[in-house]
Amino acid sequence: MDAQGDHRTATADSAPARSGADDRQKDHEGDREVVIRFDKVSKRFGSKVVLDKLDLVVYRGETLVLMGPSGTGKSVTLRHVIGLMKADSGRVTVQGHDMATISRKDLAELRRHMGYLFQDSALINWLNVRDNVALPLRENTDLSEAEILERVEQKLELVHLPGILEKMPSELSGGMRKRVGLARALITDPKLILYDEPNAGLDPEISASINQLIRDVRTQLDITSVVISHLVSCVKTVADRVVLLEEGKVVLEGPRDEFLASDHPRLVRFLGDSKD
Amino acid sequence: MLNSFFTTCRQFGFQLELLFDTLGHLPSVWKRRAMIADQLFVGGVQVVHVVLLVGLFAGMILALQTGLYLAQLGQQDQIGTLVALSMAREMGPFITGIILAATAGSALAAELGTMSVSDELAALEVLSVDRVDFLVLPRLVALAIACPLLTVLCDLIGVVGGGLVASAQLSVELELYFKSAIQALQDPGSLIPLPKDVYAGLLKSFVFGILIAVISCSAGMHARGGALGVGQATRQAVRDSIIAIIVSNYFLTWLLYQN
Repeated sequence: MDAQGDHRTATADSAPARSGADDRQKDHEGDREVVIRFDKVSKRFGSKVVLDKLDLVVYRGETLVLMGPSGTGKSVTLRHVIGLMKADSGRVTVQGHDMATISRKDLAELRRHMGYLFQDSALINWLNVRDNVALPLRENTDLSEAEILERVEQKLELVHLPGILEKMPSELSGGMRKRVGLARALITDPKLILYDEPNAGLDPEISASINQLIRDVRTQLDITSVVISHLVSCVKTVADRVVLLEEGKVVLEGPRDEFLASDHPRLVRFLGDSKD
Repeated sequence: MLNSFFTTCRQFGFQLELLFDTLGHLPSVWKRRAMIADQLFVGGVQVVHVVLLVGLFAGMILALQTGLYLAQLGQQDQIGTLVALSMAREMGPFITGIILAATAGSALAAELGTMSVSDELAALEVLSVDRVDFLVLPRLVALAIACPLLTVLCDLIGVVGGGLVASAQLSVELELYFKSAIQALQDPGSLIPLPKDVYAGLLKSFVFGILIAVISCSAGMHARGGALGVGQATRQAVRDSIIAIIVSNYFLTWLLYQN
């Protein structure tokens, strides 16, 4: 379970050559398909090293929670996955695509199969809920307005927010904004969804309902999820596997129950009194 | 100093790239017509009263300044011609450009800047929404349309303002003033029955509208670091737009009137 554990040894041997969309091969470790692979990825901003030769894998169908102190590279990790940032060195592969060399067209196509829930939801503030959620479909598909509206209503029901189509983002509470952001992320039926601190700024009750929602979404839609969270309650509800990051490196990783039971000094210090 | 020079070059390069990128999206104009109409309202209709007020007083100042001198020469009947041509050639486009830079340009930079610092631009990218097509194109087209239309208003109200001063303070008959002004703004012999002064002024304001949109969008899209970054982007947008209006005005005047 330690950071220097077995997933690293598998990286170099099992990562296939991926030079283009046609010759991409599925990346496997044993019988598990790897959806995201970080292979000695480094990233720095000025003199600050944010990711330091990070090795990480995410398997198909699992929910991985990234924990760690603020400023330790969790959001930067997610932004590499979605292609908003490029690594200074090392390689990031997502569903077989090398994110350093992927073409704009392939990246746009890849993103259509991915969802991203931003920390502050990032709803377009001058569009109402319907137009925010419908945006990816209106821009990227030929679906009719009726079909789009049907799918928007379906996703809003999935996140337990029916009947708020005409509301503006400024009229929504923090929890509602997160749910609308999640509905927008899910509107294209992604296979992979990334959550950047879905519980940030929410009270415990709303936070618990968001955790439950993340679990429901995973169960109902069978998608791979990566969640950034500081909360043990989130880990307990949604995680299959947990990774503790510090200074851009994996300090500790493992299945949820083993992770939470660990007496690794860094984990004990990080969680403090909230471990239970 | 050198660092600042390179930053300016980078910004100019991005603005050029953004301009050409946006022009490449012109076929989407019809698809974006609703957003263009919204932007026309925000950038055009909502500043009409400012343009009218400033244009009125600009015409009054022109009439007073030139009228006092022309009166010494006994040439008051030329005030209408002078005000009309000055407004059409320079004052109208220039005043409108400056007003739009300060109102629509700053609002545009602040809007896109806020979107940038609150991750809305990143969200558009993640959603595979083309930001230039979705955000920049409607704003550029709206300002390119609004600026010449507002210039026409500014020209007209400026001539009216000049007439009020000519009549009230310089003892010029209103009929005579407007007759000379209208004559100055007509060119019956040419294909377009307007003198070069009018359409050259409108061409200038069309260019100003494009410059304000590109510079302000560019500044907003590069805003970083919360409210402070949005403030810096807004200031930069207004400053650079005014500089661009003045510099391009010189070169356009040189190109249009060198013969």
